Amino acid sequence: MSVLQDLALALSGGDVEVVDLTHTLDPDFPVIVLPPEFGQCARFRMEEVSAYDHRGPSWKWHDISMSEHTGTHFDAPSHWISGRNVPHGSVDEIPPSAFVGPVCVIDCSEGAARDEDYELTPEVIEAWEAAHGRIPEDAWVLMRTDWSKRTGAAYINLREDGAHSPGPTPAAIRLLVEERNIRGFGTETVGTDAGQGSHYDPPFPAHHTLHGAGKYGLQCLKGLDRLPPTGAVLMAAPLKIRNGTGSPLRVLALIEKDRA
Amino acid sequence: MSRRQPYDGVVLAAPCSVPYVRYSTETAHHWLARALKGTLDAGGLAKEEIDGFSVASFTLFPDTPVGLTQHFGLTPRWLDSIPMGGASGVVALRRAARAVQAGDADIVACIAGDTNQIDSFRKLLSSFSRFAMDAAYPYGYGGPNAMFALLTDRYMQDYGATREDFGRICVAQRQNALRYPQAIMQKPLSLEEYLAARPIADPIALFDCVMPCAGAEGLLVMRQEEAERRGLPHAHLAATIERHNAFPDDPMQLRGGWAMDAGELWEMAGAAPEDMDLVQTYDDYPVISMMQFEDLGFCAKGEAPAFLRGRDLTVTGDLPHNTSGGQLSAGQAGAAGGFIGLVEALRQVTGQAGPTQVPGARRALVSGFGMINYDRGLCSGAAVLGGGAA
Amino acid sequence: MSDPLSRPSKKNPQTPLRVPALPPEARSRAAMGLTAAAAEGRFALQHCAECGAVQYPPRDACHACLSVDLPWRDTDPAGTLLADTFVRASPNLYFRDRVPWRTGTVRLDAGPSIVVHVHGDCERGARVRVISRLDRAGQGVLMALPMEETPNMADDPQLRELTADPKHRRILITDARQDTAPALARALLAAGAAEIMVGEAEGWRPWPGRERLAAMEGVSLLPLDVTDTASVETLAGEIGGKTDILINNARFVRPGGLLGGDPGFARQEMEVAYFGLMRLAQAFGPAMRGRGSDGVRSAVAWVNILSAHALSNDPAYGTFSAANAAALSLSQTLRADLRPGGLRVLNVFAGPTEDDWHQAVPPPKVTGGAIARSVVEGLRDGLEEVFCGDVARDLRDRWRQAPKVLERELTGGAP
Repeated sequence: MSVLQDLALALSGGDVEVVDLTHTLDPDFPVIVLPPEFGQCARFRMEEVSAYDHRGPSWKWHDISMSEHTGTHFDAPSHWISGRNVPHGSVDEIPPSAFVGPVCVIDCSEGAARDEDYELTPEVIEAWEAAHGRIPEDAWVLMRTDWSKRTGAAYINLREDGAHSPGPTPAAIRLLVEERNIRGFGTETVGTDAGQGSHYDPPFPAHHTLHGAGKYGLQCLKGLDRLPPTGAVLMAAPLKIRNGTGSPLRVLALIEKDRA
Repeated sequence: MSRRQPYDGVVLAAPCSVPYVRYSTETAHHWLARALKGTLDAGGLAKEEIDGFSVASFTLFPDTPVGLTQHFGLTPRWLDSIPMGGASGVVALRRAARAVQAGDADIVACIAGDTNQIDSFRKLLSSFSRFAMDAAYPYGYGGPNAMFALLTDRYMQDYGATREDFGRICVAQRQNALRYPQAIMQKPLSLEEYLAARPIADPIALFDCVMPCAGAEGLLVMRQEEAERRGLPHAHLAATIERHNAFPDDPMQLRGGWAMDAGELWEMAGAAPEDMDLVQTYDDYPVISMMQFEDLGFCAKGEAPAFLRGRDLTVTGDLPHNTSGGQLSAGQAGAAGGFIGLVEALRQVTGQAGPTQVPGARRALVSGFGMINYDRGLCSGAAVLGGGAA
Repeated sequence: MSDPLSRPSKKNPQTPLRVPALPPEARSRAAMGLTAAAAEGRFALQHCAECGAVQYPPRDACHACLSVDLPWRDTDPAGTLLADTFVRASPNLYFRDRVPWRTGTVRLDAGPSIVVHVHGDCERGARVRVISRLDRAGQGVLMALPMEETPNMADDPQLRELTADPKHRRILITDARQDTAPALARALLAAGAAEIMVGEAEGWRPWPGRERLAAMEGVSLLPLDVTDTASVETLAGEIGGKTDILINNARFVRPGGLLGGDPGFARQEMEVAYFGLMRLAQAFGPAMRGRGSDGVRSAVAWVNILSAHALSNDPAYGTFSAANAAALSLSQTLRADLRPGGLRVLNVFAGPTEDDWHQAVPPPKVTGGAIARSVVEGLRDGLEEVFCGDVARDLRDRWRQAPKVLERELTGGAP
């Protein structure tokens, strides 16, 4: 039998499970908050067009609106100034093969529970590799923090000096991009960078380094605790928006039952 | 002011009162047709014999008297519309009289009437006048009750009138109404019942207010020789007056236009108030009847309460007043309220009043008052009738 | 003195709601001048431009000289109460529900005799002052008050029919984050409001002053985002039946003109000022309109806080001015829609506000406290328009004199 036929059988038989890593699009789901003089990330909004009524007797549908970066979403290279000249840098140009691939999950949940400004450092990555092997080329690397179990104010965790949430240090992201040549980096927080990421050099190192190198980002993921450190397949296909810098999307992972 | 010509050779005849009903499903056209037919029958005329037609009505919309000519199959050479409510009887009469006198018409039928459908009083109020719409209705004035309450209040303050004084007028009229089979109110009314009645707008209570109803009135105006040729009992027209918006600077209406013109009325009539065998005042509220006794010279301003305390206003009394019960007891049939006293006076001075007949009545004063445009009645008029031989 | 209005007891849930009824609404065009003055709480009558005679009722020609030039002018309100009556029966449903109703005749020192509503504390024969107010039909009417303030004067039931007094009423303020919110809550509680509900958008996003506002006695914070239809509908479902006064203080403002302006900000300005008002109206309006005759605690008023530049655009805030103009226009249709319930729509027009987004605007600027005072004053006097601050009043006067001149001055060219 072919690989795909095997996969189909495994899926129907339950040996391979599909895990949903996506938050529900909801008007009250937090989005990134920038200084007020900057343009802001549009919240998800939904307006009824008809609901089996005089506006359409047999059908119900809605208009929806949001930012490219609302909810669980994908960042394309063109999102950041460092990636503005990257070939195939917008969501409509990215080859579809990039949307399905292997994924490594680095569990930082214990540290993030202890320290809301927890940093993913090269040391943490190296320790993970010591346990699970070297991160392969062109893999997604997801930083598991269990942050997605927080809600509302605790999730965005804004204080007078800005947001506080875990993220990678500049050195860690450079290690992943320059030395491991990953496909992209994903987090459970509202951005790929730490809440205080503007104070690093460069500011927002994950955005800067990832996108400058043509890598992708995934944010506002959830359910990473259901993934094995290695061996899962990630499916993350953004909407095909002309010149789009990102897109809300449904992120799925395939896991093998005995490896979960 | 130049001296007016007398109404020599003009008479009134053929009185007709169409019995009133509280509510009617019919239209004004119905009531007016009955009044026209009634007065023609009383005079023994076919409708083709009248060449003048005068109409007063509030509820004819969208028609006017012009439309009525086609509706009733009339071809008059003289047509009049009298939008003056309680003054319409006197005003219609004096215009018709001059037309006949001048030969513009030979026989004029003067009719007035209105229907009273369940909602027509409310509808009439909502479109009565612009000033009322702008400056009276928004204050809770669902009709003239409250405005007359204010006038009554002020009259009582200034002249010491009491509720009993007003009550005596109403009680006497009810006694008269009991003799008049067509009156809406056929139950005796005592002064105690008057005083204990449900308050409407202090100091006005239920029996100070007229009962809106449907009905119509009519009479004919013609030359004396015409009446004599037909053998019709008739009355002469001794004098009339008419005035509109009198005393506009009075802060409140405690006198009407009669006070401007009463002297001339009596001079033209060659008579005095005490010569009258009966008086028909316009009685939408008793305070207005009191003002008419004063303004028409029966007593000085403010003295009507005392003047009337010493008088018996019933048919058999020393000052018979509103002998058919007036509007307060017979009912107010819209514009017919401007005719009720006139038609009754015509019956009285021609000896045709039947159960309400004042014995030997020869001369009568009829007074009209109408159109509460805002805070006061604007139209006033009066006529002195004298009986003539048949 | 008037009987103090006590806090109403809980309603018997078995009692059917009183269907709103209005006093007679029809007026001649001339009489609308009284309404226009009442909307601002001014007692004005027509004065003949040629002979000076004061006219009443409103008319088209002078009763003294037949001039047709009869401008409305503020008029001496003093007079004498000549007569009064309590109307105890009326064919009009509004008055029928409210009898006995006191009215009377006042002889104004200025000339005319006028029929007026009469405050319970006026003595017959005494000196009175006449005020001009909007009635539940939104038309101007006149009322006689005692010359001097009397105890509990505002509690007179007839005067309360002509106002939107906050006393004992339950009030929703739509945006807790605005500087106006705590000031409004304080002022309304001081005015006797029974309960202040304050809408808070994006509870996940902290803001200074939240704790202080939430801690105020009688104040509760409820989730409400005027840019989110679902949020507005959800809250209306919860409190729409007990919202007596809705104060829409939500605002989004960014400096900037049209060219080079930001479509995102412009959109957000519209989302808040225009669509926000629309969402609130569609969600809260029907229930409020239905409760217009619900006793002492009836639904009574809707307040919008707008920029005075809704009247004429300030290019330094070009898109914000435009969004406020849209809201002003929408408030007029809201007024028409709420009229069957007898509700007042009060627009408070503010000059430049003392906040982060008007840093470059020189004083005078208005504070949240000033706006709150204008709101309470407007509700107490039952007004439709209040201009808050010197700049707003100046704009109003210039706009009334010559809208085109004002436009040209605001868009450059004034010295």
